[in-house]
Amino acid sequence: METFTVHTGRAAPLRRSNVDTDQIIPAVYLKRVTRTGFADGLFAAWRDDPDFVLNRNAHADSTILVAGTEFGTGSSREHAVWALQDYGFRAVIAPRFGDIFRGNALKGGLLPVELDQADVEWLWDALDADPTLEITVDLVRRRVSAGERDWGFALDDHSRWRLMEGLDDIDLTLRDESQITAFETERPQWLPRTLQGR
Amino acid sequence: MPTTTPATMAEKVWRSHTVRMRDGEPDLLYIDLHLVHEVTSPQAFDGLRNAGRKVRRPDLTIATEDHNTPTDNLLTISDPVSRTQIEALRRNCEEFGVRLHPLGDAEQGVVHVVGPQLGLTQPGMTVVCGDSHTSTHGAFGALAFGIGTSEVEHVLATQTLPQQRPKTMAVTVDGVLPEGVSAKDLILAVIAEAGTGGGRGHIVEYRGSAIRALSMEARMTVCNMSIEWGAKAGMIAPDDTTFAYLKGRPHAPEGAEWDEAVAYWRSLATDPGAEFDAEIRIDASTLAPFVTWGTNPGQGVPLSSAVPDPAGFTDPAARSAAERALEYMALSPGTPMRDVSVDVVFLGSCTNGRIEDLRAAAEVMRGRRVSPGVRMLVVPGSARVRAEAESEGLHEVFTQAGAEWRFAGCSMCLGMNPDQLSPGARAASTSNRNFEGRQGRGGRTHLVSPQVAAATAVVGRLAAPADLAAAA
Ligand code: SF4
Repeated sequence: METFTVHTGRAAPLRRSNVDTDQIIPAVYLKRVTRTGFADGLFAAWRDDPDFVLNRNAHADSTILVAGTEFGTGSSREHAVWALQDYGFRAVIAPRFGDIFRGNALKGGLLPVELDQADVEWLWDALDADPTLEITVDLVRRRVSAGERDWGFALDDHSRWRLMEGLDDIDLTLRDESQITAFETERPQWLPRTLQGR
Repeated sequence: MPTTTPATMAEKVWRSHTVRMRDGEPDLLYIDLHLVHEVTSPQAFDGLRNAGRKVRRPDLTIATEDHNTPTDNLLTISDPVSRTQIEALRRNCEEFGVRLHPLGDAEQGVVHVVGPQLGLTQPGMTVVCGDSHTSTHGAFGALAFGIGTSEVEHVLATQTLPQQRPKTMAVTVDGVLPEGVSAKDLILAVIAEAGTGGGRGHIVEYRGSAIRALSMEARMTVCNMSIEWGAKAGMIAPDDTTFAYLKGRPHAPEGAEWDEAVAYWRSLATDPGAEFDAEIRIDASTLAPFVTWGTNPGQGVPLSSAVPDPAGFTDPAARSAAERALEYMALSPGTPMRDVSVDVVFLGSCTNGRIEDLRAAAEVMRGRRVSPGVRMLVVPGSARVRAEAESEGLHEVFTQAGAEWRFAGCSMCLGMNPDQLSPGARAASTSNRNFEGRQGRGGRTHLVSPQVAAATAVVGRLAAPADLAAAA
């Protein structure tokens, strides 16, 4: 996983709430068996619209998405995170995220940043006024800044540390493999098994 | 004398599965059952392969094909990309020793229908799947939640998952559901009340006399949609209804082990005096058939009312969401929901594709015809549900009414396989998501119960079974 410490870049204001994972990437784009190449499905239903924010020149190279509340609700498809990353996004700012999306994003190194609704609206207005405005997302200090303003955001220490180190969860867990094995010996015999004859 | 503090069911299941607890780190939970399907698993198996890892517990893992499969035949997957994904699953299951129920198999079906009907989903277990509607399995008193592909890989490799401990919430539904009001109406009403983010960060326990009175199928419908209001999981305490459903299923315990299991299952219920972090109370007798008008499952109203006016929403975000939803849905404020005519009716999915759902719809349709100009698809949730329905003659009720009797799969619940809405087409659907384009690009979805779906197919406009009786 790519590490995340501090990122500065242009941002795209997505003035919509409840952008569910079916909007981020429709099901028909989920058929690939690789982790890459999902950018073409990103916001597919909206991409034909010349006014869609990512179609405006000023926002074409955005690396930060500033979206409305309940971003990423819906399905568990991690393809939503992969599509955003594949397109070039490093962070998404929104008042609230769907839980599974947020978890997937943290696993994949796309930083989900929660700011208050009013602050998100301030960013939207600022980006509309000046599309070249750069936003800095600083995971080390857990702060976001843009122009003269800056805000703190919450993220638990463990997730922050994993992102900053770019650590793989499986490796971390396997340090405790002996505990997993010990747990397994204690499980009741009657619990179901999917394979016959065991 | 030491006393144990009263605990909720969620806390008991959580604790009994905690492999490792360390300050400042998420708990490491052991996973009892891992369900796999073709869409969210290929990259996970690739990850294992690249790291030279095995599936730690193939005996706690099971796979089925559902999202991409056609429902008009059992042989040909005509879309080459869909076929590639299915073939990848078959290869991966073969290579890693995972049991697979492929298209055409007697146990194939939507992953959340297959687990319970095999008796693999049992009370007190932890169940995960790379699919958000894994919450369905909470109907048995299991802790069940959807995960992303990285987590699928993690479970395959370690049979565990690091998880932050969620909060708990009680949804207490007392009283008796009025005649003609189903579990689907109940959960749609809960979501409309709480909002799509209302359950976020919580494991929800549905309780109260109205929940106790529900069948297992109905409980699964309720728990299925927990994710639609953002909950981590939904759970219902196991009771005699649960045990009667499980008894004799292929993977249920037998003999002395059954007794041991039942004794354990009975101990799972939330202790008297245990505290939830939040609580919602609902009087079941106030509920009515419910339908959605918008593009998220929280945008719903009773069937007897009208399309709301966005101007009436005080929250600006809700107002603009409602305006956009009405534009997408091509509806105007004040239109009675019963005046909304549909092109397609979809009966199926992991929300309402079980045998009881098909029975309820068939009951309404018996001796009646699908309205001219309406296409109705009846898609059993699994091959076993299909066989059961056929043994009861339900398929004849549907086909004689002019509906299509199809093979099992996710079908028109999501626009991934050939069953899709065409742009602008309007559907009454028993599935769980009315998102823009969910059932096909440009398609418009109204979420309904199986009973309302059946009545709507007959009338051609959103309707309840009571409307048919009145007309007859
Ligand atoms: S039936 Fe629908 S909600 Fe259920 S698993 Fe399939 S696509 Fe997902």
